[in-house]
Amino acid sequence: MSAPPAVDGDAQVTTHVSLRSGVYADSVKLMQVSQAIGARPGVTAVLVAMATPLNLELAAGMGLSPDGPATPDQLLIALRTTDDAERDAAVAAVEAALAAREERGSAQAVPPRTIGFALAEAPQESVLAIVSVPGQYAVAEAMDAVAAGRSVLVFSDGVPVEHEVALKRAAHDAGVLIMGPDCGTAIVSGVALGFANVVRPGPVGLVAASGTGAQQVSCLLDTAGVGVSHVLGVGGRDLSTAVGGLATLDALQMLEEDPATERVLLVSKPPAPEVAERVAATSAALTTPVSSAALSADSPDLTAAVEALLREMGVAVPTWPTRPGADRSVPADAVLKGFYSGGTLADEAMLVAAPVLGDVRSNTPLRPELHLGADFAARGHVVVDFGDDALTVGRAHPMIDPTLRLEAISALATSGEPAVLLLDVVLGHGADPDPAGALAPAIGALELPVVVALVGTEGDPQGWSAQADALAAAGAAVFASNSAATRHALDLIGASK
Amino acid sequence: MTSLLTGPPAVVAAGVDVFSDALRVQGVDVTDVDWRPPTIGSADDLTQLALDPRRAAANRTAVERVLAAGSVLTDVLPAHEVIGLTGRTLLHSGPPLTWETASGPMRGALMGACLFEGWAETAEEAEQLLASGGVELDPCHHHRTVGPMAGVTSPSMWMWCLTDPADGRQAFSNLNEGLGKVLRMGAYGPEVVERLHWMTRTLGPVLQAAVRSRSEDPLDVKAVLAQMLQMGDEGHNRNRAGSLMTLRDLSPAIVEVDAPSGDIAAVLRFIGGNEHFFLNLGMPTAKLAMDAARDVPGSTLVTVLARNGTEFGVQTAGTGDRWFTGPAQTPVGLFLGDYGPDDANPDIGDSAIMETYGIGGFAMAAAPAIVRFVGGTVPDALATTERMYQITMTENPAMQIPVLGFRGSPTGIDVLSVARTGWLPQINTGMAGRVAGTGQVGAGLVQPPVECFQGAVAALAEESRTALA
Repeated sequence: MSAPPAVDGDAQVTTHVSLRSGVYADSVKLMQVSQAIGARPGVTAVLVAMATPLNLELAAGMGLSPDGPATPDQLLIALRTTDDAERDAAVAAVEAALAAREERGSAQAVPPRTIGFALAEAPQESVLAIVSVPGQYAVAEAMDAVAAGRSVLVFSDGVPVEHEVALKRAAHDAGVLIMGPDCGTAIVSGVALGFANVVRPGPVGLVAASGTGAQQVSCLLDTAGVGVSHVLGVGGRDLSTAVGGLATLDALQMLEEDPATERVLLVSKPPAPEVAERVAATSAALTTPVSSAALSADSPDLTAAVEALLREMGVAVPTWPTRPGADRSVPADAVLKGFYSGGTLADEAMLVAAPVLGDVRSNTPLRPELHLGADFAARGHVVVDFGDDALTVGRAHPMIDPTLRLEAISALATSGEPAVLLLDVVLGHGADPDPAGALAPAIGALELPVVVALVGTEGDPQGWSAQADALAAAGAAVFASNSAATRHALDLIGASK
Repeated sequence: MTSLLTGPPAVVAAGVDVFSDALRVQGVDVTDVDWRPPTIGSADDLTQLALDPRRAAANRTAVERVLAAGSVLTDVLPAHEVIGLTGRTLLHSGPPLTWETASGPMRGALMGACLFEGWAETAEEAEQLLASGGVELDPCHHHRTVGPMAGVTSPSMWMWCLTDPADGRQAFSNLNEGLGKVLRMGAYGPEVVERLHWMTRTLGPVLQAAVRSRSEDPLDVKAVLAQMLQMGDEGHNRNRAGSLMTLRDLSPAIVEVDAPSGDIAAVLRFIGGNEHFFLNLGMPTAKLAMDAARDVPGSTLVTVLARNGTEFGVQTAGTGDRWFTGPAQTPVGLFLGDYGPDDANPDIGDSAIMETYGIGGFAMAAAPAIVRFVGGTVPDALATTERMYQITMTENPAMQIPVLGFRGSPTGIDVLSVARTGWLPQINTGMAGRVAGTGQVGAGLVQPPVECFQGAVAALAEESRTALA
């Protein structure tokens, strides 16, 4: 520089000179920072360097000496800019450049052991956490996500209800959603999480306290040509008095703000009355219409709820797909044996059957006095939910591992009890890649009539038709609607009387 | 916070693989957490801490104080003046201890200190005095003090006085004696005691005069720590660059001290011949930072890791001065001369304050030169530092590790993260001989016993329940 910079009469020249203690960077790094800052428009002079005598001399030559004494352990930031705003921006840029971490050259990547660390390292903007660790440890992992401002799907069961409440309160405060605990099904922007089906994108958002219920509803909608925007699971207890619908209310709000969602359908077992009131009040205040498919003795049928929604939307209700089964004779005085993998589907079957058959005993009974205990081979009308938490401790869910259900079918064959066997088969991501293949030998070996509720779509990895054909070839009558399957089984039993 | 519904999400998953596999089939970007069931702390206690609404802010407060703390060298004084150590009291490293439970090197150091102070004429007399309870024992940490290895500090010993310029808080450490047969390693022979007398007679007063002459421009010890990490030191087992920088920085002032030139030369030779001279400046610097984080209710930050040769002790920001202890482990590493694993005493020293502060074993990646000395490989060192990032709350931008792209060192050990990952803090350490009087036998790597963290988790959870009730 041959001459001092001319100070233009109009230009406002400002300087910044500061010393920082406890900050050290090597000279190469500091030269890089100085160079980068010097390249900013509006910066006419810059020196970022340790305050060694040499560097102080340089600063003095630039007319940027610090006011007080300086020591070589201090970092000198000195710059001249054309105006105050650029000066402040340049100082901020120096700080950012000093703090910036260089590309890490480590080949020693140690995999993250907590959700928290994994999220801290995750570069993506939109990240969802999925927690499927044993229930007693799930809250710590889920809280990591809440603290990082991310929503969580908690697949784990066995989370104490008071922890669920605390977790959901914290999530609400952080503006994120807890899907679960014990949430096995969700679809977020077309991504199937856990047990979920490949359904077309569309205008209906589901809020589901029931996993297989949501699967049945989303599959029927897909069959009718209506897609879903999202399926937000909230966990089976969310609508209980203790939890108070915390996640349901948050999910409703999220769908209200989601441009892709035009209608909302709530899928659940009957909520606690005061929770139902809160949900209804919140729903009424939304601009998005909310309807409900809450299973109860009064409204026992998810298929009927889907049909009502379709009519509201002005969409023709299709004929739900079926396959006729083998023409097996129904033994006299046949009882209903419902062996289910989906809890909500089992409930629906009992709710549809009870008015016709009377009491149905179960491990997840409609009334406590109908509890089956551990005796799945009990005689009479029985519906077993093999997906119940008590039966999945230490083993995979029956949608993945058919062992328990196959054993029960084999025991039924051996018992000689006259019966109609009602099964659900749930397709989609997360489920057995070929459930029909696993069940067909057992169905084929049975002399009793078999009815299958096949929940899935053509788009599922297993394919509805391929699975239906395989099940039908083994001798089962197949229905896309669980309530239709149940009614068919009831018709068979009725005809045998 | 990011909105859940703005587009197809990436996923971070902990638990069964089947979900991750199904997501990958859909083309989703999935990060699997290498989750394992925690082996430290009960599930209830871990959940209690995870849900404590105070925790996030408390930990942020605590760790910000750690990062903000500074440290300059302001004075050198005898212990009786600086911390009021009077009568027959000896400070020692680690959690509280009795003569009965003291290990060989601790006993040796305590005996040596009695000989040095003139409380006993012979080793036998010193042993009897200590065994009869004639000397009060107290942890260094109870006096804002840290001491390497046995950490034994007696009233006449001179101490570094470090000050946080922001708030005037102080921390102290005795002066480093060098390597080999030294008091802190449990040696108490005539040469050890004679060296301590020379340090009291000559080294202390010369350093005091030199340090005081620079009162307008005190040595910024934190800045030296930051620089030495970029020069191959990790601040615990390798202090070579830091010691040389300190020598360079103090030399002019030392030369100007009004003392016989022979004494000046002896002081300079002593400092220049001791690669660990800086350790006793680095430790109180770390102590100043960790003391800044004391007493933050709801915080799960570790404020002290310290060993007395018998027990390992841990303190946390949320539980004040309470010690959580377990049996000290024996380090694994390399041995000097003919010594072997059977000669090594269990873990000893307050120097794990360096790891508490996020360097030492936590910054192994910064010090490839000593990796083999402590029995590791360079990839091990990098992996160790990577693991420590997962049990700490933040990265210290002042303490950068060059080979990791100048990433800040992993700082602020979180009890909850230790419990959840099962990864214990990694400490680099010297090894003292098991038998009193032996001195150093090697150096290596060691971890705290799980009991310390089990105790800390239980106490933090208990405090949380009480506070939130």
